[in-house]
Amino acid sequence: MSNQRKRPNGEREEDDEEDDAEGIGQWERAYVDDRSWEALQEDESGLLRPIDTSAIYHAQYRRRLRMLSAAAAGTRIQKGLIRYLYIVIDFSRAAAETDFRPSRMAIMAKHVEAFIREFFDQNPLSQIGLVSIKNGIAHTLTDLGGSPESHIQALMGKLEAAGDSSLQNALELVHEHLNQIPSYGHREVLILYSALSTSDPGDIMETIQKCKKSRLRCSVIGLSAEMFICKHLCQETGGLYSVAVDEVHLKDLLLEHAPPPPAIAEFAISNLIKMGFPQRAAEGSMAICSCHKEVKIGAGYTCPRCKARVCELPTECTICGLTLVSSPHLARSYHHLFPIAPFDEVPTLTSANDPRRKLGKSCFGCQQSLLGAGNKPGPCVTCRKCKHYFCLDCDIYIHESLHNCPGCESIHRPKSVSLMEE
Amino acid sequence: MATVASKLYSDDVSLLVLLLDTNPLFWSNRSTTFSQFLSHVLAFLNAVLGLNQLNRVVVIATGYCSCDYIYDSSLTLSGNSESGRTGMPALFGSLLEKLEDFIDKDEELIKEQEHDERIASSLLSGSLSMALCYIQRIFRSGHLHPQPRILCLQGSPDGPEQYVAVMNSIFSAQRLMVPIDSCYIGTQNSAFLQQASYITGGVHHAPKQLDGLFQFLTTIFATDLHTRSFVQLPKPVGVDFRASCFCHKKTIDMGYVCSVCLSIFCEHHKKCSTCGSVFGQSKLDGASTVSDKKRKAPDS
Repeated sequence: MSNQRKRPNGEREEDDEEDDAEGIGQWERAYVDDRSWEALQEDESGLLRPIDTSAIYHAQYRRRLRMLSAAAAGTRIQKGLIRYLYIVIDFSRAAAETDFRPSRMAIMAKHVEAFIREFFDQNPLSQIGLVSIKNGIAHTLTDLGGSPESHIQALMGKLEAAGDSSLQNALELVHEHLNQIPSYGHREVLILYSALSTSDPGDIMETIQKCKKSRLRCSVIGLSAEMFICKHLCQETGGLYSVAVDEVHLKDLLLEHAPPPPAIAEFAISNLIKMGFPQRAAEGSMAICSCHKEVKIGAGYTCPRCKARVCELPTECTICGLTLVSSPHLARSYHHLFPIAPFDEVPTLTSANDPRRKLGKSCFGCQQSLLGAGNKPGPCVTCRKCKHYFCLDCDIYIHESLHNCPGCESIHRPKSVSLMEE
Repeated sequence: MATVASKLYSDDVSLLVLLLDTNPLFWSNRSTTFSQFLSHVLAFLNAVLGLNQLNRVVVIATGYCSCDYIYDSSLTLSGNSESGRTGMPALFGSLLEKLEDFIDKDEELIKEQEHDERIASSLLSGSLSMALCYIQRIFRSGHLHPQPRILCLQGSPDGPEQYVAVMNSIFSAQRLMVPIDSCYIGTQNSAFLQQASYITGGVHHAPKQLDGLFQFLTTIFATDLHTRSFVQLPKPVGVDFRASCFCHKKTIDMGYVCSVCLSIFCEHHKKCSTCGSVFGQSKLDGASTVSDKKRKAPDS
C-alpha cells in the first residue's frame, strides 16, 4: 500500500524516501526493500504477471553481437567452451549487511541466479557447482551439474548468513572437487566475497599454490573492499579480481564471467573427445538405469555404444565410459562458429529501375511491405549471398536470435548459389 | 472498444503457420497422391479457421529448391471473392493457384540442376526461418496478437547439411516460446522434427496411415495451446538426438567433438577444420578419460 500512496506524486517521492524509511513499520519495510511491485506487469487482459525477461534477452543479444563482430574481425577465436566452474558464495556474518539493499546476501543470490542462466546459455557443455561459506566452514550446496534449476533451487533454499568466512576452507573443498574433472575442461572458481577477513585453519598460501598447480583459475568479486589475499589469489591463478561498488556494477562484474574465456593452451589441452549422442527413450517405457540401478519408467537415454540406460545428460556411461551428451546442447553454440554476414543496407533509390520493383515489394522473411509512406521504398537491407531483401526488424531478429538467413536457407545448396547470382 | 478486443483475444486465438512439404521427389513415389493429401490439409485449415473467428493461418511451401509463402488468411479475407479457375471455395482459390505456381517453379529449378546422389530432402531450414520471421512480426504488432505455433507437415527425409540451420531455428523458436508441432508422414524417422517438437514443447506424431490424415490433424494439431493442458496428446515415442558431422554431413550417433569449439566429426582428425586448433594424440578416447582420472586421484 505504501507505494501507492507515494507513486502519484513522483517528485516528492525522493524527498519522502528517507522520512518514510524511518516512519514505516518493519513489515512494510520488507516490501519497500524488496520492491516486489516492480517485478510485475499487466498482460493484455489486465492480469498481473511477473515481468518478462526481455531486458535480459536484449542485453544478451548485445553481448552476442559484440562477440560476433569480434569473430568477424579476427579470424578464428579459440574459446574454452567446456568449463567446470564452482561458484563460492560467502554467507558469513558480513553477508547480512544492508549496504546493498535489501542485503548483500539477497543481492548476491539474485544476481548469481541470473548469472547461472546466462552461463548455461553461453556455455552449453559446461557445469557449475555451488559452495557456500558459513560459520568458517565451506559447504557444498550442489555438485557439478548442468541443470540451472537444481542449482538455483539449492541456492535459494540456503539464504542465511552466520559466522566467519574462510577462504582457505572454500579453496580446499573446491580444489578437491575440481581435481576430478577431465583434462580438456577449464577449471574455474568464482568467489563472491563479502567478508573483510578470512579465518583459516592453516597456511592459505600453500592452498593457493596448490590451486595454481592444478590449474584452477580463481576469480574473486568483492562486495566490501579490496583485500590483499584475494588479489594475490587471483594474480597467482590468472583470474580476475574486482570489487563491486553498487548493485549494477556487481551484476556487470558477474556477467563478465559468463562468456567463455579465451582458451589458454596450457590451461587445457585441445583435443577430440569421443562422445555419444544417446536417443531419448519413449515415455512410459520401463528399464533399469545403469547409474542408480533402479527400475525407472520412461524418460531415460540409451548409450549408443553399449545400449545401457542412463537417467540424465550430460554424463559418462557407467558401463563403457563413453561421454554422453545431448546433441542440442552442443548445437546451441554453433551460431558462434558459423555467423551470418551482416546484411548490406540498400540505398533508397527512387528511379524506376529500383531492383525491389522486380523482386517484389515485401520483406522476404516476414512479408511486411517494404514500401514506406507514399509508396516510396522504405529502408531495407539485403543479404550479400542470396540477394533477398529484408526489413530492418527482420535484420535484427535474424542476426541476434535466429542466426539463419531465410533467403540463403531457401536455396538448394551448394550449386544453386551461383545460379541465383546470375 | 479496447476491452472488447482484449476480451476477444483472451479466448484462445491462434496463428497457425503450416509448413507444407511439396517436395516432388518425395511425392512422386508415394501411394497417396499429393492431391489426396492436399484435400485433407485444406479441410484441416478450414477447421482451424472455423474454430475461432480470429484464428489465422499462414501456409509456407517447403520445396526441394525453394520456399515461399503461398497463403495468408489475413490477406485474402478482404474482398477477392471470385472462385477462380480452380472451382474451390474462394478461401483457398488463391492458395491453390499460388501452390501450383510454386510447384512449377520449384520443378523448373530442379531440372536446372544436375541430379546429384543427394538425399531428396526439403528445405526445412528455410521455411522454418521464414515462419519464425513472420511470427516475430506478429509479436511486434502489439499486445493483442494470436498465439503462434508452427506445424510442420513433412514427408521428405532430413537433409543433414541443414543441421546447424535447423537447430538454430529450433533454439530461436524455443526462445520465442513458439511450439513446433510436427506431423511426419514419411517412411523413416525424422530426427530434426522429433528434436524440434521435443525442445520447443510441441507435439510430434507420425501417423501410420495417411487415409485418416484429416482425423489426426484435427484431433491432435488443431488444439490450441490453452486446450493442450487438459487434452491427452500423443506422448513422444522416444527422441532421436543424433547429430550431423561437420566433415561429411552424415547423421551419426557417436562421434568426435572438438573440445575448443564443439564441432562434431565422424572420424578422428589432426586439426579442427572449424576453429583451427591442433589436436594432441587421440588419447582422450572414452576409456582413457577414466584412466586419466585414476592417474590424478592419488595426487589430491
